[in-house]
Amino acid sequence: MIFQLIIKNIFRARLRSLLTVIGLVVAVVAFGLLRTVVDAWYAGSEASAPNRLITRNAISLTFTMPTYYKDRIRAVDGVTQISTSNWFGGIYQEPKNFFPQFAVTLPTHFQLYPEYIMPPEQMDAMMKDRTGCLIGRALADQYNLKIGDTIPLQGTIYPGNWEFTVRGIYDGRDEGTVTRQFFFHWDYLNERVKISQPRFADRAGVFVVSIKDPQSAADMSQKIDAEFKNSTAETLTETEKAFQLGFVAQSEAIVAAIRVVSFVVILIILAVVANTMAMTARERTSEYATLKALGFGPTFVASLIVGESLTLTLLGGLLGIGLTFPVISGFKGTIGAIFPVFRVSQETLVYQFFAVLTVGLLAAIVPAIRSARIKIVDGLRHVA
Amino acid sequence: MKIPFSYIARNLWTRRLTTLLTAGGMALVVFVFSAVLMLDAGLKKTLVGTGSFDNVILLRQGVQTEIQSSVSREQAALVETNPAVARNSKGEAQVSKEIVVLIGAPKKGDTKPQNVVVRGLTELGAGLRPQVKLIEGRWFAPGASEIVVGKSVNSGFENMELGQTARFAGRDWRVVGVFDGGSSGFDSEAWGDVEQIGQAFRRFGYSSVIARLVDRNHFDRLKSDIEADIRLKLDVKVEPLFYEEQSKALSTFLSILGLALSFIFSIGAIIGAAITMYAAVANRTGEIGTLRALGFRRSSILVAFLGESILLALVGGVVGLAVASVLQLFTVSTLNFTSFSQLSFGFHLTPMIVLQTLVFAAVMGIVGGFLPSVRAARMEIVDSLRAG
Repeated sequence: MIFQLIIKNIFRARLRSLLTVIGLVVAVVAFGLLRTVVDAWYAGSEASAPNRLITRNAISLTFTMPTYYKDRIRAVDGVTQISTSNWFGGIYQEPKNFFPQFAVTLPTHFQLYPEYIMPPEQMDAMMKDRTGCLIGRALADQYNLKIGDTIPLQGTIYPGNWEFTVRGIYDGRDEGTVTRQFFFHWDYLNERVKISQPRFADRAGVFVVSIKDPQSAADMSQKIDAEFKNSTAETLTETEKAFQLGFVAQSEAIVAAIRVVSFVVILIILAVVANTMAMTARERTSEYATLKALGFGPTFVASLIVGESLTLTLLGGLLGIGLTFPVISGFKGTIGAIFPVFRVSQETLVYQFFAVLTVGLLAAIVPAIRSARIKIVDGLRHVA
Repeated sequence: MKIPFSYIARNLWTRRLTTLLTAGGMALVVFVFSAVLMLDAGLKKTLVGTGSFDNVILLRQGVQTEIQSSVSREQAALVETNPAVARNSKGEAQVSKEIVVLIGAPKKGDTKPQNVVVRGLTELGAGLRPQVKLIEGRWFAPGASEIVVGKSVNSGFENMELGQTARFAGRDWRVVGVFDGGSSGFDSEAWGDVEQIGQAFRRFGYSSVIARLVDRNHFDRLKSDIEADIRLKLDVKVEPLFYEEQSKALSTFLSILGLALSFIFSIGAIIGAAITMYAAVANRTGEIGTLRALGFRRSSILVAFLGESILLALVGGVVGLAVASVLQLFTVSTLNFTSFSQLSFGFHLTPMIVLQTLVFAAVMGIVGGFLPSVRAARMEIVDSLRAG
């Protein structure tokens, strides 16, 4: 009987229930969106493999290392493969069309990243073209690029106009793989730099190193750095994950703010639902008194209110969780340029669900206690 | 005839819990809205304060930041000879040839390196930034491995206190002074002798050249001279313009994110206001009938309820704004996407933001209260008196 009463009560103030549910849906979707934005920040570190190390100049990422370091690192016991990778930072048409571009050692780089999946004949074609490039699926989709297309880039770090021909498009092994990237031959970069700025030639940005045993990552990092101790360019080697987290740490303040704000929206909706429940309970004070006069206990009255609150919030919450998916994919289209990976995680869904449950319970506490405690005589006399 | 304001205000007071919850929801939205505006204003203030209209900055053609740029010694010397450049009493050109590099330094209580700008310059270069004042210790001595650090670097990073030693580029650098950059971007930098920085980081040329103009009108003259000289493949910009470009990406990101959030959140708060006002109308049907019977017009009823909703929203707005204004005590340090280095800036409350926020709150009140007020105004006297 209690459920029938709850449902009937919800439908009594239809407009109010409808508004509350809409508010909940908006809040739950907003919460989901914000959590996804935070997750997107960590996409790079999530996508990293435990057997990959990144070696860079110890001063900072903007400093390079001599290319002969490559052979020295290759010779360290336990290193299986190594690729040079230079950040290119070119402009495609205009500065807002940003995507990461790297000059890398091919085909080694793609062997280091087995999650980049590409037909072997495309890699063969790439190896035959010095000015070729490889792009990820997300990038190809965004700018509608096909194999054979020319991509003009205006160099910033490496001045001049550069033209590349798309020789291959790679797919990600799973949704977490970053496919909004652009790769080309490191040798081609170096060849042109030798002519235009000889002083900057034969310099590597970072080395991506794969090691035999992921357990020995810390040990290996120390061994590599020891090679170059007290040299003109000391190195700093860390796991790919630590390297990526270093980037996130740089904008930690923003990530933290978004995290805080995602809870603010829950507080806002808590205020709205609590208000709805407080008003409902106040209007029905005389009814609750009548129920008590008929012999129903305070627990019954309280559970009536808690039940109504939970039903309302769960209704709104589940609708909101359902709507999160289309909203996220809509957002992916518009701001996909900023975040390479943008998808709803299971964790987010769980968070959304528990947030809704908490709101439902908290909103009902005060009205439920008040109504349960009310004296029959006062309640019957009460005018809303 | 108008319904007295006290009637409106007392209605809110009578339903305190509801008022508190609704206004509380609005206060939270207003808090987020004003915090974002304040942060953006703080960022702009910091970067605008970094540049002076009398100074120009010269960088290699096509680059956006000092880090990417390189200017050879020959090019820098040519700039010094330009007649548009100001000279001091000794006849020295007011030109600062600087090396700007990024180092990774751990923040206090952390081990992860964050990018900090290290600027190599001379006493003359420091003189071109009158807003920068030494607050502790002394300036670095020429030819010594010494640095002076900005206020934010001093308080935010490890080993950057007076007398401590920071290690980078294979050398130990003694922190001999702390300067206050007048809330400019320089607060997030460390300064040292340009020749020492150059040697340690193995940079032969400079990163950028800063020149003081004879006066502002000489800018066009300098620009055309530099463009005409094929030896100088340099871009020349007035400092404030350069620093504005530096903040553009971060500023756009912050404002889009913040405004999108405020918009979505405001839907929740508006719904809260609508629920409250619908309930207020429903509970007071009898009262509305009485007011109408007393001779108040429909328009007065509409205004009274709309006024109640706006007042409710403004209470929330003022509370939200008051809490947000406390944020001015805090500074934020984050990565500036363009310059790839840590920049610290504060929340800055301007009268314009106060106005924008209160208008935003009032609009939420109007949108949320409009339909309920219309419902109240359209009630028939007889029906409402009977219902009450």
